[in-house]
Amino acid sequence: MNDRLTAAERVAIARHPQRPNISDYISALFTDFFEQRGDRLMGEDASILGGVALYHGRPVTVIGTRKGKDLEENIHCRFGMPNPEGYRKALRLMRQAEKFRRPVITFIDTGGAYPGLEAEERGQGEAIARNLMEMSRLTVPVIALITGEGNSGGALALAVADRVLMLENAVYAILSPEGFASILWKDAGRSSDACELMKLTAADLKALDVIDEIILEPGGGAHLARAITFRQVDEAISRHLAELSKGKQLGRYQKFRRIGTAVPKKEGQ
Amino acid sequence: MNSIFAKRRARLLAMKSLREHYVPVGSAAVCPRCGKESGHPAVAQNLFVCPLCGYHFPVGAYYRLSITLDHGSFRELYPKLAPQDPLSFPGYRKKLEAAQRKTGLNEAAVSAVGTIDGRRCVVGVLDSRFFLGSMSSAVGEKLTLTIEYAWKNRLPLIVFSASGGARMQEGILSLMQMAKTSAALGRFDQRGLLYISVLTDPTTGGVTASFASLGDVILAEPGALIGFAGPRVIQQTIGETLPEGFQRAEFQMEHGFVDAVVPRNEMRDTLSQLLRLHEKGGPS
Ligand SMILES: [Zn+2]
Repeated sequence: MNDRLTAAERVAIARHPQRPNISDYISALFTDFFEQRGDRLMGEDASILGGVALYHGRPVTVIGTRKGKDLEENIHCRFGMPNPEGYRKALRLMRQAEKFRRPVITFIDTGGAYPGLEAEERGQGEAIARNLMEMSRLTVPVIALITGEGNSGGALALAVADRVLMLENAVYAILSPEGFASILWKDAGRSSDACELMKLTAADLKALDVIDEIILEPGGGAHLARAITFRQVDEAISRHLAELSKGKQLGRYQKFRRIGTAVPKKEGQ
Repeated sequence: MNSIFAKRRARLLAMKSLREHYVPVGSAAVCPRCGKESGHPAVAQNLFVCPLCGYHFPVGAYYRLSITLDHGSFRELYPKLAPQDPLSFPGYRKKLEAAQRKTGLNEAAVSAVGTIDGRRCVVGVLDSRFFLGSMSSAVGEKLTLTIEYAWKNRLPLIVFSASGGARMQEGILSLMQMAKTSAALGRFDQRGLLYISVLTDPTTGGVTASFASLGDVILAEPGALIGFAGPRVIQQTIGETLPEGFQRAEFQMEHGFVDAVVPRNEMRDTLSQLLRLHEKGGPS
C-alpha cells in the first residue's frame, strides 16, 4: 500500500524501467503462450504483443502494449506507442477470440498511439475508432488491466472491457501530463501541476467510476516485489473472469453508456 | 396548421444561424487561403466559400442545419443539454459561461431531426466556435442520445464533425466519450441503419478516433484538416516539415479514408442522393 504518494510520484513509478511489463505478466500468469503476428493487411507492429495462451488451463486471448526491455527493443517497439497495424492486429485477435469463444485479457502500458507521419497515412484514427466499436460488441468476457501508463485513445483502444482493472500506481488519462501542460499552459515543464489536476490515479478513477477495481502494489511499487504483484493481479483476474463467465455483468454497453451522464460526487461527500 | 409550425421553425433556424458570424456582417471577409478580400454578401451568397479560391470558411451548427435540411423541417433535439464541470477544473465554469454567451450555444454539439428532399433523417453537428468543438461529456452524451434517437425511430443519421479533439478540462471523462459514442454506433450499425459522417475543418483527435471515422459513408469538405495527431505534434516527433496537403481531405481520400470530397454547394444534393440510395426496397 502506498497511501501518501502524490500523483506525480505515481506517474514516475508507472514509468519505472523495471516495472513488470507484458512479457513478464505472460510468463508469470499464463502457460503455452503462442504469439500471433501481423494485421493481415499491411504489416506487423511489435508495439503490441498478442496471442493465445492458457490461463489456469483455460484458453484465452492475451493482448498488450510492449515498450521493450532495452534500447534496441524500445526503438523497435516505438516505446510502446502503436501504429495502426498494432490496433488492427489486436482487432484480428479479438475477432478470433469471439470465434473460438475465448475470453480476452488486455494489458495496457502506453504513452499513447504513435503520432507519426506514416501512422496518419495509414489511418491511426480509423484504427482506434474501429477497435472501440468492435470491442464494445464482443460477446466473450473482456478484462483490461492498466499496468503502467494508459494514455489517450491509444490506451482506450484496448480497454473497452467488461472490467477495467488498474494497478495502484498505474495512471490512466486523456494524454501525458507533459502533453496536457503544454496544451493548457504552453509549458510542458508544469507537468507535475498537471498530474494533480488531471485525476489520473487509480483512486481518482475509481471515484469517477471509470475503473472497476484497484489492485494494490507492494510498498514503493510493483517492481520491488514482483512475485507479490503477480499474485495480486492473478487473484483479481481470476475472480473477475469467474464472475463474468457466470454471466454476472452489467453489459459493456451500459457500462460505458453511463459515464458522463451525471455529475460525480465531489471528494469527501 | 402544419405550415404555421413549419414557418415558425424555419424562422427560428434562420435567426439562430444569423448569430453565427464567422465572417463578420458588414465588413469585408479576408480569405485565409488566398488573402484576398470579398464583400460579406458575396461570401454569404456563396455558402461562406471564398468566391475567388474556393476556401471553405468554417460555419456554425445552425447555419449548417439551415443549408442541409428542407426549409421548415428542422426540429432541435435535446437543446437543453449543457456541460457540467465534473472534475471541478479551475476556471472551467467561467470559460464555459463565456463561450455560451459568445456563441448562444449550450454546448459544441447541436442535434436535429428534419428532412432532406422529403426524406427524414437525424443530423448532429459540431460547432468549432464552442471550445473548438471538443469532446466534453455533454457532447458525448448528446451525440449518444442522438444516435439512440435515430435507431429508436429507424432513421438515417448524419454527423458533421468539426473538432480540435478532447476537452482537456474534463480529462478522462472526455476520453470515455469516445468509447460511449463508438459503442452506440456499434448498436446503430447492427440495426442495419445508414450513418453518414461528414468531416469538416478541422476534424482531429478523439473525434477522428471515434464516431467521425465510423460512417458507412464518409464525406469531407475540400481542404478540411483531418487526422488523429495534430500536425505540430507529428512534426515534433519526426523532426521534419510535413508534405504539402498532409492530412487534408484530398489526402485522406487518396489514402482510402474518405469516400468523396464534396464542396459545400453540392453537399445537400449528395446527402439527398445517399439517402435515396439507401431507402429500403429502393427509392419510391
Ligand atoms: Zn480565397
